Amino acid sequence: MELQITWFILWSVLWAVYFMLDGFVLGTGMLSGMLGKSDMEKRVLVNSVGPVWNGNEVWLITAGGATFAAFPTTYALMFSYLYTALLLLLFALIIRGVAFEFRGKVDNPSWKLSSDVAIILSGFVPALLFGVAFGNIFEGLPMDGSGYHGSFLALLNPYGLVTGVLFVLLFAVHGALYASVKTNGELSSRARRMAGNLWIPLLIVAVVFLGYTKFATRLYDNYFKWPVLLLIPVIAVAALIAVKYFTVKDAMFKAFASSCVTIVFVTFTGVAGLFPSLIPSSIDPAYNLTIFNSSSSQYTLVIMTAVAVIFVPIVIAYKVWVYRVFRARVDEKEVLSNSEAY
Amino acid sequence: MDVLTLSRWQFAVTGMFHFIFVPLTLGLSILIAYFETRYVMTNDETWLKMAKFWGKLFLINFILGIVTGITMEFQLGMNWAEYSKYVGDIFGAPLAIEAMVAFFLESVFIGVWVFGWNKISKKMHAISIWIVAVATNLSALWILLANGWMQHPVGYHLVTNTAGQVRAEMIDFVAMLVNPYGLIKFAHTVTSGYVVAAFFVMGISAWHLVRRNEMTFFKRSFRAASIFGLVACILVAVTGEFHGVEIAKTQPTKLAAMEAVWETQRGVPLSLIQFPDVDNERNSIAWLNIPNLVSFLAVHDANGEVKGLKDFPKELRPPVLPTFWSFRIMVALGMFMTFISMLGVYLSGKKDFEKYKLFLSVVLFSLPLPYIAGQLGWIVAEVGRQPWIVYGVLKTSDAVSKSISTVQVVGSLLGFTLLYGGLAVIDIYLLAKYSRKGPDGILTSISYATERRN
Ligand code: HDD
Ligand code: HEM
Ligand code: HEM
Repeated sequence: MELQITWFILWSVLWAVYFMLDGFVLGTGMLSGMLGKSDMEKRVLVNSVGPVWNGNEVWLITAGGATFAAFPTTYALMFSYLYTALLLLLFALIIRGVAFEFRGKVDNPSWKLSSDVAIILSGFVPALLFGVAFGNIFEGLPMDGSGYHGSFLALLNPYGLVTGVLFVLLFAVHGALYASVKTNGELSSRARRMAGNLWIPLLIVAVVFLGYTKFATRLYDNYFKWPVLLLIPVIAVAALIAVKYFTVKDAMFKAFASSCVTIVFVTFTGVAGLFPSLIPSSIDPAYNLTIFNSSSSQYTLVIMTAVAVIFVPIVIAYKVWVYRVFRARVDEKEVLSNSEAY
Repeated sequence: MDVLTLSRWQFAVTGMFHFIFVPLTLGLSILIAYFETRYVMTNDETWLKMAKFWGKLFLINFILGIVTGITMEFQLGMNWAEYSKYVGDIFGAPLAIEAMVAFFLESVFIGVWVFGWNKISKKMHAISIWIVAVATNLSALWILLANGWMQHPVGYHLVTNTAGQVRAEMIDFVAMLVNPYGLIKFAHTVTSGYVVAAFFVMGISAWHLVRRNEMTFFKRSFRAASIFGLVACILVAVTGEFHGVEIAKTQPTKLAAMEAVWETQRGVPLSLIQFPDVDNERNSIAWLNIPNLVSFLAVHDANGEVKGLKDFPKELRPPVLPTFWSFRIMVALGMFMTFISMLGVYLSGKKDFEKYKLFLSVVLFSLPLPYIAGQLGWIVAEVGRQPWIVYGVLKTSDAVSKSISTVQVVGSLLGFTLLYGGLAVIDIYLLAKYSRKGPDGILTSISYATERRN
């Protein structure tokens, strides 16, 4: 197989894993105001993502770095074309990290309040922006030989917004499920009810998205060409239904696992439709940025493949270990017993 | 102002802000790992308290290093798209490798360290902070190899594609890994981080010692930090010297600007007091000359030739004054700090160490000095490389993104300035608050943790 294709797959996996892992951090964040009724409940929520949020964010850095190393032209154009959107994303991620880390470090109600607001916003804004950015990439960006002809406001077109809302709801449900798995008692059941309630708008938006995609993008062309690919959206939809099924049956861990599968396969659904483009041009397909015309040299790809083959499994191994160490539910006692807790 | 100037300012502001937090992380992680190891070996709770107290300050600093680092990675594409296209084939690799081999390790194991007190064994807990320490230093290696490549590009060739666009492609990955410029940069930068950490611990300990708080705790902290600091200071000076030799070989314009050498000559003396006069291309003052010293330091030959700035066209010379003064002050600070840490090692061995109040307050006020030296070092490195972004290959003016507008960059620069200004205030407030508090409050939770562990 050509290395460009290998890297296309790896690139999709990095994004999918990032969304799966940071999705629940963003989701828990944006719901923390509604789920956490007391200061202690909010603390429990923040601490439930405490040991893992930073490691999850590194998948984004790796996805960015891998784009740079394997498809430098795409990295350069994607990041400079989406300048303002990425800037807002950056600000949100900066504020999120700081709010998590410093929320508990000052005992002052207005400090707590601003941290709580920051945590909610910095969960919501990245989710929306990722959706809007990917929606626009699915549609294609207005670019040709002379450069980019779009603007930040133009990104907020209907299809971009639908994808944005889809991401917000996906991550919200994901975060609620995570919270219900990682906490106890009333907080946990509140999170479960929240997941169940949000699932219905999620389903509606998902259906709208799938239909709208037919008109707004060329993603389905690949599915007509290679019908086996249809398995990907089918799995995504099946997993989405399983989320509801397991939530109703109160099998919350299974519901959360299904939600992981949903997010991964929703990402694959979009990306499989893009192939072999990374960013299509909405002006003329001749200007599509593809994995072939924007890739690194063969030599660099070989080296990067070797590095990825060695290190990604190692990363996964110690991450699994860490999730096992921290598998217990987080409660008040646990938070109070650790002077470094958030 | 145009997009280029604004982007340069933005990169400088965000880079230098990132580098406020980076060096402390590099050094303090090692000190904490050492403290915790001593605790595991001796079961002496003072060591544990040290790991926890300095750990708390470490974490406040660490988070800011992380969030400001993401900005750096994004900006290369956002503001420097032409650069990223031109050298991405080479430059992207170390960045991606850094994330895969270093960022994952440090981010995952810092979580283990913070939240794992009651969940893993004592030994595993100490190992996790060692992993963080090694990983942060490893991340520095990759980013500095990348930056070293920009200073002295190796192992590449230029390729023109069918559309007529030129870019640099890697032909020898190993050459980049063993690029002497990158390796010496790594050695110099991480050891300068150890100096920052040593002065941080020494400074805060000095504050408490003057007030006679927790004497055993702070004397022990001070002692460990001063030894670490002295070793680091010496290493910084040695690596800095070899850094200069590397520059003499590869970037003659930078060397000439650092020393304000205008005429090409042999056996260049070092003037202790010197004022460059850029307009007239000479030094208006050059007093207290030490014969042949610049030649000796730069090319390891007292009669060696040093190229003068006049040998280069004006548009290929870097801004002389910032390069020259930054270099001078950095070196002067390095010597002063070596002296302070030497005294520190000597005096902290005495029983009534806390009586040396004057010395202790000098130490406290020296706390910012290594930070300043580090920032000045980057100015030497980056400003001294101008007008090149990749020395001899790509001009900074050709590297900036074409699709972004002045309005966008004004907005982002303003946004960063405000946001980072706010973060700086919060950071200083929290560091001061928790430094002042001392290790007292930490005690209760420790006894709980030790009970539960194993
Ligand atoms: C000498 C060392 C050094 C230098 C020159 C830089 N960094 Fe840095 N960086 C670190 C040393 C470091 C570190 C010590 O490893 C940090 C600080 C705190 C931390 O967790 O890692 C870090 C964090 C950090 C992060 C966050 C990692 C995480 O989330 O865990 C990113 C994405 C970057 N850096 C990227 C960059 C880029 C693109 C740079 C240059 C343009 C850069 N850094 C300069
Ligand atoms: C591999 C990492 C780095 C890359 C890719 C890089 C690249 C750049 C770029 C693109 C610029 C703007 C062009 C210019 O004005 O020179 C710049 C300038 C600058 N960078 Fe770096 N740099 C790196 C590391 C750093 C770090 C970590 C610092 C930390 C303090 C730093 C300090 C500066 C300064 C002070 C300038 C301003 C120079 C000037 O505008 O004349 N650099 N660098
Ligand atoms: C004692 C004598 C010192 C010498 C001879 C020296 C030498 C140098 C030289 C020649 C450079 C330029 C590197 C380049 O252009 O690429 C440099 C950069 C730098 N210096 Fe120093 N230095 C000294 C002390 C210090 C001290 C005390 C610190 C901080 C604690 C420090 C921190 C840095 C940093 C962070 C850089 C930028 C990174 C790099 O290029 O390596 N230096 N130093």
